[in-house]
Amino acid sequence: MLAISGVHTHYGNIEALSGVDVEIRSGEIVTLIGANGAGKSTLLMTICGNPRASRGRIIFEGQDITRLPTHQIVGLGIAQAPEGRRIFARMSVMENLQMGATTTKPEYFDHDLDRVFALFPILKERRGQRAGTLSGGEQQMLSIARALMSRPRLLLLDEPSLGLAPLVVKQIFRVVKEINERERVTVFLVEQNAFHALRLAHRAYVMVTGRISMSGTGRELLSNPEVRLAYLEGGG
Amino acid sequence: MATASAPKPPAFDLAAALKEAGLTAFVMLALAAGIVAFHIVDVPGGLAIETRFGTAIAVAALGFFGRLGVILLRTARPLPVLVVALAAAAVWIAALLAESLFGPDWAARLQMTLPFDDVVVNWIVALTALGFALRALWMLRNAGASAEEIVDRDAAMDSVAARVARSSRYIGPVLLVAAVVFPLLIFMPETAWLPSVDRRLLDIGILVVTYIMLGWGLNIVVGLAGLLDLGYVAFYAVGAYSYALLATHFNLGFWICLPFAGMMAAMAGMLLGFPVLRLRGDYLAIVTLGFGEMIRVVLLNWYKFTNGPDGISGIPRPTFFGLPFSRTADDGGETFYSFFGLPYSPTDRVIFLYYVILALALLTNLFTLRIRKLPVGRAWEALREDEIACRSLGINPRNTKLTAFSIGAMFAGFAGSFFATRQGFISPESFTFIESAVILAIVVLGGFGSQIGIVLAAILLIGLPEFFRELQQYRMLAFGAAMVLIMLWRPRGLLAFREPTIRLHHGVSPPAQTVAAARPDEVA
Ligand SMILES: Nc1ncnc2c1ncn2[C@@H]1O[C@H](COP(=O)(O)OP(=O)(O)O)[C@@H](O)[C@H]1O
Ligand SMILES: [Mg+2]
Repeated sequence: MLAISGVHTHYGNIEALSGVDVEIRSGEIVTLIGANGAGKSTLLMTICGNPRASRGRIIFEGQDITRLPTHQIVGLGIAQAPEGRRIFARMSVMENLQMGATTTKPEYFDHDLDRVFALFPILKERRGQRAGTLSGGEQQMLSIARALMSRPRLLLLDEPSLGLAPLVVKQIFRVVKEINERERVTVFLVEQNAFHALRLAHRAYVMVTGRISMSGTGRELLSNPEVRLAYLEGGG
Repeated sequence: MATASAPKPPAFDLAAALKEAGLTAFVMLALAAGIVAFHIVDVPGGLAIETRFGTAIAVAALGFFGRLGVILLRTARPLPVLVVALAAAAVWIAALLAESLFGPDWAARLQMTLPFDDVVVNWIVALTALGFALRALWMLRNAGASAEEIVDRDAAMDSVAARVARSSRYIGPVLLVAAVVFPLLIFMPETAWLPSVDRRLLDIGILVVTYIMLGWGLNIVVGLAGLLDLGYVAFYAVGAYSYALLATHFNLGFWICLPFAGMMAAMAGMLLGFPVLRLRGDYLAIVTLGFGEMIRVVLLNWYKFTNGPDGISGIPRPTFFGLPFSRTADDGGETFYSFFGLPYSPTDRVIFLYYVILALALLTNLFTLRIRKLPVGRAWEALREDEIACRSLGINPRNTKLTAFSIGAMFAGFAGSFFATRQGFISPESFTFIESAVILAIVVLGGFGSQIGIVLAAILLIGLPEFFRELQQYRMLAFGAAMVLIMLWRPRGLLAFREPTIRLHHGVSPPAQTVAAARPDEVA
């Protein structure tokens, strides 16, 4: 579904990604773990064309999207819940969800709204509230829900567990699984919180300073001693 | 959103600060080189170019120090800013008021030291310096105050703004009724004072409503889309000249030209916006300022087309569905008075003008209220909050900004046509930078996006000074002082509070909470 091959990304002179290869197949949950600053967020942003890859190719469902502008990439069916949630704090929950539906036909809106409210019932209760006054967990749910409103086939999630209490993290991962299984949305999940993310994943990659250092099924990586040492014990 | 001061001041990097300030100075110099460094003057036997490199360098130097001041304040180092800004403000104000303070001798000597010839420009510099000084003082004072106190105070003001926003359902109609009956009231025999006073009040009313309309128009650009446009007056000028030229060359009436003038202004907005909307924040501000001046300079120098500094006169007045407000129609047709069998009265035309601008202003307001609920209006507001998030939601930032820019320009164009038809005469002099600054001040004081706030700010900034015209000399000072005070007291504007565009039926009104304190489910 998504094939990333040999992608390099630069911020000015700094090379943040140096030849990344990742493949995501339809229907999977693929997890990418890595230390802070490894380039995980950069990879997700590069998929969306902001910043653009300086070398390499990104193919989505047979179409080369490497050079497309961001808004067109999103229109093709890729949505992202970006790092730090980036909800519109001054707008209400409903308005945030409407912003998510920018690229879809207006007649889908009510149906899609029911769908995300079924996944996150708390958002339905809070729909008139200013998004900035939601709790951290609710803001993360809103960020995911907003991304879902564009009817993506591929959902990119950047550290949805960041700064949240374990119970809330569990709840969010449960919904991610539901989105994948029931809504048939392919998920590319970036996490530092490796344990839950690897358990959830069909396959996983490990990133170290802009390169993929390891890959395998979620189970394989969970039991890999190197991964355990670097990302599980003491961390996650 | 919460303005809690950070526990540790951000690091101050001298090299980076100097580089940033230097870049600003360079941009200012580049702009100033084009705008002020070469000045055309009349000399016996023709025109000559006078160079004012000193002024251009002064502009760049001010840019440099201003930027450095901003960086120092941002990194919580108010003391040097306070000292330098206070000194600069003192020198400038002393020189400006030297005439009355120390007599003409000193005045001449002191004013020689100022780099700008224009009094208004000098006042702006002086007040800006004063603003920096006050801001620094404020920071010093608050250094001791705990973050909670500051947050509390801000929250208290927010709740006032929230209450106003919620009661705007009542305040709006009340203000509207007041605006509609205003001319009737002041001309009713029972309530009339003196004909001359009443006429002046009505003129002030027209002026205030014009600025309310301009404020609402600019609010689309600045308040909703968050694009700092310092050249808004350019579109006002395009609208005014479009109408004036169409009317005088092709003998067309006001109502036919009005949509054209709006379209011309919108097109100008599109053309100017296209190359510059990639810039952010203060760079956008500087470039729009430059474009605003450019349009004025073109109007001034394209003599064949615009009549240059002589301006255009004999611009026709608006008619009431084709019926002119004059004693006799020049083509021998009907006038407003002969058609309705009324006695001729010269004030009727002014009252009619008042209602025309009121209708145009209300159109602007209704449009804004409506578009805020549509996807494009929401996209403007979202873009202002977080451009990266918007991109990742499939919004094309450039097109979205361009629509805001050109729609804002269109309303300026309408207002410009009105200005031309009201004055009957226009010249480039009416469209200087200070106009843009006043309109922007109205939007900023009103509270970025608050429609009623803009009405209050326009009455405050235009109505009151106009009424107290006798105090002419101190108007600019009062104007600047008001700006500085409000910026200190409430930097987000008087009535900054955003009501969601969707209301729920069972009125779950959100608390006016701004402080996202640590949440139970958030790990500290
Ligand atoms: N906007 C940016 N400008 C310059 N450098 C950046 C930017 N964003 C990230 N980087 C750098 O790129 C590298 C990878 O960052 P990032 O992708 O955010 O890592 P991760 O998400 O894995 O923590 C880091 O060294 C970071 O400093
Ligand atoms: Mg990251």
